[in-house]
Amino acid sequence: MSAKNKLLDVQHVTVEFHVGGLLGGTRLVAVNDVSFSIDSDRPEIYTLAGESGSGKTTLARMMLHDLDPTRGKVLFEGRDLTTVKKRGEVMDFMKKVQPVFQNPFETFSPLRRVEEYLYDTARSFIGARNRREAAPIVENALNQVGLSLDEVSRRYPHELSGGQIQRVAVARALIPQPRLILADEPVSMVDASLRMAIVNLFRKLRDEQQVSVLYITHDLATAYYISDRIAIMLRGYVVESGPVEAVLDRPLHPYTQLLKESVPQPRPTDRNAWAQHIDLGTLEIKEFGRIGCKFAGRCPHVMDICRQADPPDVEVDGRTVKCYLYLEDAKPVA
Amino acid sequence: MLTTLRDLLKYDGRFRISFIFLVAVLVLALLSTVSPYNPGRTFLVPTDMPPSLEHPFGTSSRGQDIFWWMSFAVRNSLLLGLMTAAVSRVIAIFVGLTAGYRGGFADRILMSVNDSFVVMPVLPILILLSFLLRGSMNLVMLGVIMGLFGWPWDARLIRSQVLSLKERPFTRTAVYSGTTSFRITINEHLPFVLPVVFATTINNLIWAIGMEVTLSVLGLSDVTLPTIGTTIFWANQHQALVAGVWWWLAAPVFVAIILFLGLYLFFSSVNEYIDPRTRLRLMGG
Amino acid sequence: MALLEVQDLRAYYRTEIYGISRTVRAVDGISFELQKNEIYGIAGESSCGKTTLIKVVSGTIKRPLRVETGQVRYQFGDYAVDMQRINPDELRANVRWKEISYVMQGSMSVLNPVRRIIRTFEDIVGTHQGIPDRKSFLDETRAHVRILGLPTEVLDLYPHQLSGGMRQRVAIALATVFHPSLIIADEPTTALDVVVQRGVLQMLKEIQAESGNTVLLVTHDLAVHANVADRVGIMYAGRLAEEAPTEIIFNAPRHPYTQHLIGSLPMIGDRSSRASLSGTPPNLANPPSGCRFHPRCPYAVERCQREVPEMIILADRHRVACHLVEEGIL
Repeated sequence: MSAKNKLLDVQHVTVEFHVGGLLGGTRLVAVNDVSFSIDSDRPEIYTLAGESGSGKTTLARMMLHDLDPTRGKVLFEGRDLTTVKKRGEVMDFMKKVQPVFQNPFETFSPLRRVEEYLYDTARSFIGARNRREAAPIVENALNQVGLSLDEVSRRYPHELSGGQIQRVAVARALIPQPRLILADEPVSMVDASLRMAIVNLFRKLRDEQQVSVLYITHDLATAYYISDRIAIMLRGYVVESGPVEAVLDRPLHPYTQLLKESVPQPRPTDRNAWAQHIDLGTLEIKEFGRIGCKFAGRCPHVMDICRQADPPDVEVDGRTVKCYLYLEDAKPVA
Repeated sequence: MLTTLRDLLKYDGRFRISFIFLVAVLVLALLSTVSPYNPGRTFLVPTDMPPSLEHPFGTSSRGQDIFWWMSFAVRNSLLLGLMTAAVSRVIAIFVGLTAGYRGGFADRILMSVNDSFVVMPVLPILILLSFLLRGSMNLVMLGVIMGLFGWPWDARLIRSQVLSLKERPFTRTAVYSGTTSFRITINEHLPFVLPVVFATTINNLIWAIGMEVTLSVLGLSDVTLPTIGTTIFWANQHQALVAGVWWWLAAPVFVAIILFLGLYLFFSSVNEYIDPRTRLRLMGG
Repeated sequence: MALLEVQDLRAYYRTEIYGISRTVRAVDGISFELQKNEIYGIAGESSCGKTTLIKVVSGTIKRPLRVETGQVRYQFGDYAVDMQRINPDELRANVRWKEISYVMQGSMSVLNPVRRIIRTFEDIVGTHQGIPDRKSFLDETRAHVRILGLPTEVLDLYPHQLSGGMRQRVAIALATVFHPSLIIADEPTTALDVVVQRGVLQMLKEIQAESGNTVLLVTHDLAVHANVADRVGIMYAGRLAEEAPTEIIFNAPRHPYTQHLIGSLPMIGDRSSRASLSGTPPNLANPPSGCRFHPRCPYAVERCQREVPEMIILADRHRVACHLVEEGIL
């Protein structure tokens, strides 16, 4: 498949930060040799899942062109993001990739009416010259998310609920008719009863509008509900990735298994399974500096080799796992 | 605007007092337009008369009615203060917003200039300048010069406000809405910066008028021009306290106190009102 | 004998600023009981009034919050406390931290950022009990921490040196130092990763099982309640909509709101479609008349708009406040 057919192509990306003062300090590898891609022809919802410190937020920032990779490349529609510099090029990029942020109450300035941002977006990307021209575009975008201009008109953020604001945020992101929406924890700060509306919206966007969604979350339940494929991240590595049903119904990597077990299920068939005692690592930050597999400290199946070098990526049962346990079973991925 | 005024008058005691004080001072300043006495001329009335109905603030050793002299003095001091505030606000906002939003090289240059001004001892420099420009020192010149010194603290304040605003998600939303950096600074950040600017303006006014008083008392400004400071200067020249002409000193001091108190109370009540958090509470947030 | 009896509690926030007065009816007629040796969960979305309920129940009421009517009465063994009548000194000396303690979201509210953990323990124990013998205090604190499964090294560290999960566990250790009869946990794991959340909640469960006390767990995350709570009360807009043992709430809820809430939860293993409730949670300064859920309820009838539904008892420990359930229609 040529590069042109990929909407987003992340190639062996590593992001390192220098932590600490000018003298001394350490290197923090936030993202370590991560590769994945999203096809151009078929829109999909791709989830980056992981807990805090997994590197998913850093990856998200990188894909919004907020920071550059230390090594590796990010290609959008075949073009290396680091070459996108001039205002015109940046605007082109933003027309095709739009974000939805986590905190609905910080997404819009509390002192401005939310509709202003929609009008601004319409003027910047669709060429509407004034409010009158922009109004039908704004109305249309709001309708797509189940709202209307009447409901939202003249309102400040605090006059709307978290769920409504997130929907307005998605509407705003839709105005330039993007190909990719990057949603960073879009429902984690939204009330439980309103979450589904937004999550269902992403499904609708994929099915009816041909928009792909890069969904970043720690909530495996909603990820299972809407994703096509999922990548599980731990301390900068992708430890397991593949079709979501394969990865979450039959998790292979011990960390994925731990994650799945730890998600509290709403209809617990066996409350005691979740209640089985687990040992939380003493000081989690130590895991970052570990040589070899980052999960070795907590893994119930740890072997000597796990502590010596990074495990290779192995293709097993329709997905990719970064684990020595499966080395004999299948062929390593190049 | 009028509803704001009405709300503040009705509900805020501080504002009511400050309103009365400032209106009184303004009225005094406006009365200068109908003054029966020309402040440039001396010995128009009997000297050293204590306050009476005919001369509410008494008369001075120079044969001037102090009340009508003060009306010009207040007018000039206010004009001077406003000029300084205007000049320094413009510079502070420009420097603060630019340094904050652009960051990098521009920020470093602007802040170096800023910090140099901060460490400069303002009073000795103003004294020096007053000496050098003795002949051509007039109100406008003094106002502009003081304005050129009054901006650095506030510029840094504005800059740090902008720095923190830049990190907030709504700035990124604005970027992704296609808004240019300039418009972001004006539309998104300025409304948060304005309360800071307002607070520092009043502060600046008080500083400017006080600085003028200091310079005038030292005889370093145009002493023929009536201002609060030159009133005190002339009173000292004629040893008013020793001679028992206390009203000559009491008048400018009293007016200055009313003016400063009024400004301060005005500042603190309006500042609370336009604080974004209060506005949000008002709107029901 | 119930540990806590709350009867028809109403607590409002009254503010007046620049001539605009607003009354937020955060808790508007709530009655429930807490028994000994149970974990009672309160579920509800943001601005349903649960935080206010906690403030009243734990006795931390400050203007502009005021209790309008209602009773909050505790029975700690032989010691009876009426929260409306108790004076602040007695509250501080005998009740706070000794009979009632709390774990809040974001442990920073109880952990002093500029003092080592052990000093915070000293502050709390010193204030509420006094430390006559420092050595035995240190030994007991270390033992307490160790029994709870925490490494004793944390006592010598500063809060910022610990991860969020570790801090919450230390906060729980602090809250249990006097073995209180009631631990109030307000969104204790909301900002934490899922694995860490599991560890923290397990710690809470183990403590409860060991000491037989009561935990009042407040969180909007229903899945947490499903795995931790014995009974759950569903709050909506300042009132209780339904209350029942956990299995019943999740498997056979009767109130339309509860049914909807449970039905909309995503689960791993099930990709079938789920719908969201229409409308938005009401503004407590201007709530809907009658049953507060009626604007969003798919079954609402005219009576729901007029009359506030009373809590009726459906079965042993299962209560609902809904006209249609009462009439046997739902």
